[in-house]
Amino acid sequence: MSAVAADIQTAPAAPAQGYWRAVTSRLLRDKLTVACALVILGLILMAVFAPWIAPDDPLKSSIFKRLQPIGAPGFPLGSDELGRDMLSRLIFGARLSLVMGIVPVLCALGIGGLLGITAGFMGGRTNTAIMRTIDVFYAFPSVLLAVAISGALGAGVLNAILSLTIVFIPPIARVAESVTTQVRSLDYVEAARASGAGSFAIIRVHILGNVMGPVFVYATSLLSVCMILAAGLSFLGLGTKPPLPEWGLMLNTLRTAIFQNPWVAALPGLMIFLVSFCFNLMSDGVRAAMDVTR
Amino acid sequence: MTLLAVNGLRKHFPLKKGLLGRGGGTVHAVDDISFDLTEGETLGVVGESGCGKSTTARLLVRLIEPDEGQIKLEGRAVGTAMPLAEARSKMQMVFQDSFASLNPRLTVEDSIAFGPVVHGLPRPRARERARGLLARVGLEPARFANRYPHELSGGQRQRVNIARALALQPRIVILDEAVSALDKSIEAQVLNLLLDLKAEFKLTYIFISHDLNVVRYMSDRVMVMYLGKIAEIGPSESVFAGTHHPYTRALFAAMPSMDPDRRTQQPPLIGDPPNPINPPPGCRFKGRCAHAEDICGRGDIALTTAGAAHRVACLIAQPGSGHSSAPARAA
Amino acid sequence: MTEAFISIDELNVRFSRAGQTIHAVNGVSFALAPGEVLGVLGESGSGKSVTLRAMLRILPSHRSTVTGAIRIADRNVLALRGAELEDYRGGTVSMIFQEPMLAFDPVFTIGQQIAESVRRHLRVDDRAARARALEMLERVQIPSAKRRLDAYPHEMSGGMRQRAMIALALACKPKLLLADEPTTALDATVQIQILLLLRELQRESGMSVIFVTHDVGVAIEVADRLAVMYAGRIVETGSVREVIRSASHPYTQGLLSSTVRGELRGQRIEAIPGSPPDLAALPPGCAFAPRCKHAGDACLREAPVAVEIGGGHAARCILLKT
Repeated sequence: MSAVAADIQTAPAAPAQGYWRAVTSRLLRDKLTVACALVILGLILMAVFAPWIAPDDPLKSSIFKRLQPIGAPGFPLGSDELGRDMLSRLIFGARLSLVMGIVPVLCALGIGGLLGITAGFMGGRTNTAIMRTIDVFYAFPSVLLAVAISGALGAGVLNAILSLTIVFIPPIARVAESVTTQVRSLDYVEAARASGAGSFAIIRVHILGNVMGPVFVYATSLLSVCMILAAGLSFLGLGTKPPLPEWGLMLNTLRTAIFQNPWVAALPGLMIFLVSFCFNLMSDGVRAAMDVTR
Repeated sequence: MTLLAVNGLRKHFPLKKGLLGRGGGTVHAVDDISFDLTEGETLGVVGESGCGKSTTARLLVRLIEPDEGQIKLEGRAVGTAMPLAEARSKMQMVFQDSFASLNPRLTVEDSIAFGPVVHGLPRPRARERARGLLARVGLEPARFANRYPHELSGGQRQRVNIARALALQPRIVILDEAVSALDKSIEAQVLNLLLDLKAEFKLTYIFISHDLNVVRYMSDRVMVMYLGKIAEIGPSESVFAGTHHPYTRALFAAMPSMDPDRRTQQPPLIGDPPNPINPPPGCRFKGRCAHAEDICGRGDIALTTAGAAHRVACLIAQPGSGHSSAPARAA
Repeated sequence: MTEAFISIDELNVRFSRAGQTIHAVNGVSFALAPGEVLGVLGESGSGKSVTLRAMLRILPSHRSTVTGAIRIADRNVLALRGAELEDYRGGTVSMIFQEPMLAFDPVFTIGQQIAESVRRHLRVDDRAARARALEMLERVQIPSAKRRLDAYPHEMSGGMRQRAMIALALACKPKLLLADEPTTALDATVQIQILLLLRELQRESGMSVIFVTHDVGVAIEVADRLAVMYAGRIVETGSVREVIRSASHPYTQGLLSSTVRGELRGQRIEAIPGSPPDLAALPPGCAFAPRCKHAGDACLREAPVAVEIGGGHAARCILLKT
């Protein structure tokens, strides 16, 4: 031991920081990402506490008070084409819109991630079988696919969530497969195989941690797309059914009012834009934070 | 005692060409490699790119499946008489790229403990063993156990890789260009460490490198490979003293001179080492050999004895082979 | 010519990264006559590659600060701008790198890339440029040069790509060639061919060469003079013969004794203990002192100055003063 001790090299001075902790601390230093995260958090809280925050009943209509402008008494953000308070509808609408934007991506992350990692790790025929099947779905433009599946299943929130999940499984599976294939050929995975580990142990310890990062980042960039698709489905009458408040549906029903009261008609679109924008910036921030390992 | 007996190892990789992936040629990465490994020795494997030394290493630890050939560890055939899991715990490998060999998300201790845990050792004991090995390779456990690979230098990472290879208490360690990517002063430290560990743990090494100096320093026996075949194999001193294969001689001549007054004047070989794709029959070195004759292109060149346990695959060393420089067949 | 053709005076390069300052090059000074080959020997972190890049002005400008003086052929290199700088790079000074695959654009043929450089610097037309490209490929002994003009980088083997890179670098007849470990990634039999080729081309053209390497043997084969670098400073300099035969700085001595030679079989290698210092936190005195077996208190306090040992051989070590 003494001869070896003579060669001991110095350890780095800074204390060790776990990878995830390093990512978190870098994220927290990124003001833009933190701001966007707070906005999203605010909107989520708003959606959760809607019954207590909203000034009025979102379903209460009044023929006499149709299309009131912004700032009208009793209607701080105006009223829609059936005289319902826009502010309350926007607040309640956050519930369905956020759920329909986030849940499908989460489900697709789970299912698509599983499929992609399996295909990437197994390689060969299994890979071909899984990925070519996925390619068939991937070949359809997402809007068309969502509309087709929704149309087949029928309108309704649950069906919309299901169809959106199916739409997002292929892109996530593709990214997961590509990253897994790269990671699989790295020396440390080979070393794990050489030490006799079985496939499950290798996937759990070595592959998952290194693959889920990039896949997660990619999935967060899909959140805004999902929101817009969900809004689109409702716009087409395939998602939420009236009179439920949901931003996309609101955009549809207010379409005809755009010449009479353009500001009110644009409000739901503004909300969709705000949320998409924040999700995109957050996704960029997460990607930048996860990029630097050294 | 013969620890490892390798017989007729062969691995070809088909090349894909054309729309349907047919046609193209075959890369003869490893062709008919046979050698024995005695317990406690260091076998050096030397050769340039395309010679098949890394493929051979991967075939030994079964990261790649051989097309043909048999590997016997402790007298039992790997895969049949000896189950793969057992063989894997007895033969471990250290790779060249110290950074790519370690999972960037795992601490150094976790990386080392992974192997034992997979083989059934309870986690606390595996951690203990990992810390003990860290100390053995010269990295203080208190300071290094919780570090991540990107926080260490190349030499420190390679020590971790060595500790990881030793975690399963193997009998054979294959070092695939393990010191090639390190700075020269660090390389010297790690080589000293390897020699110490070999004595302490009674290991047997297969030391693969393109650096002749390092191979000569570390090895008891040397195997020179060229384009997937063995050109020469024998005891270190014998091979380095009186090299009989023209390729081995060329490799020596290619080493840069250490004497400023006697610099190299002529390159021993022209051109790049070829790719082992669809090699022509006969000696694979024929195209670049200064002594090649027609007879070198006919039939396989077998390894002939050229001294005590020293064998060469060259017709010049084979008595009565038909080559103009070969000695006459002994009566 | 009394004034040196190339003179570097107190070159300092600082990098800023995540709030830290990395002292990559610290007070490097040397001079080179025309036609001389200087070998720069050092390990990773010694600052040898950064020095070369500073001479070609290809360090990232927003992150790095370069101070000191670099004069090549009577021009102040650090003051060059715009078209003058473009003329300088490739025209006066050229560089070859370790990884030729990275130095070539994969979507253009070798011939196109060499011709592009020739057109830019020698101001000739397409046909003359292509002829010059062919001439250069033949000079670097690439077989079937005419066919290779239309080859893409990935279609060539490692050794041939390196030759093509040399052809590209020399096509415009630079006065100085900077070589950054060009043979490190090559097989031994190919490496010796490239080294001999470089020697021959240098003799023919009379250009100066600065050759960076970590391999002592390679330095001996190409260089006339040697500069050994450690932690951003030149610790020893002199003719190759002097530095190798009578190494005076403890680091050079340690480097030579730890170079593995087959004849040492059975003996322990005298390795230099420890590892290179963190360039963001250099100790105040001699940077090598923490690893030096002769180090004393004075070594840790003040950075040593260069001491003349005789006939151009100098080393930075306090112990040599006596």
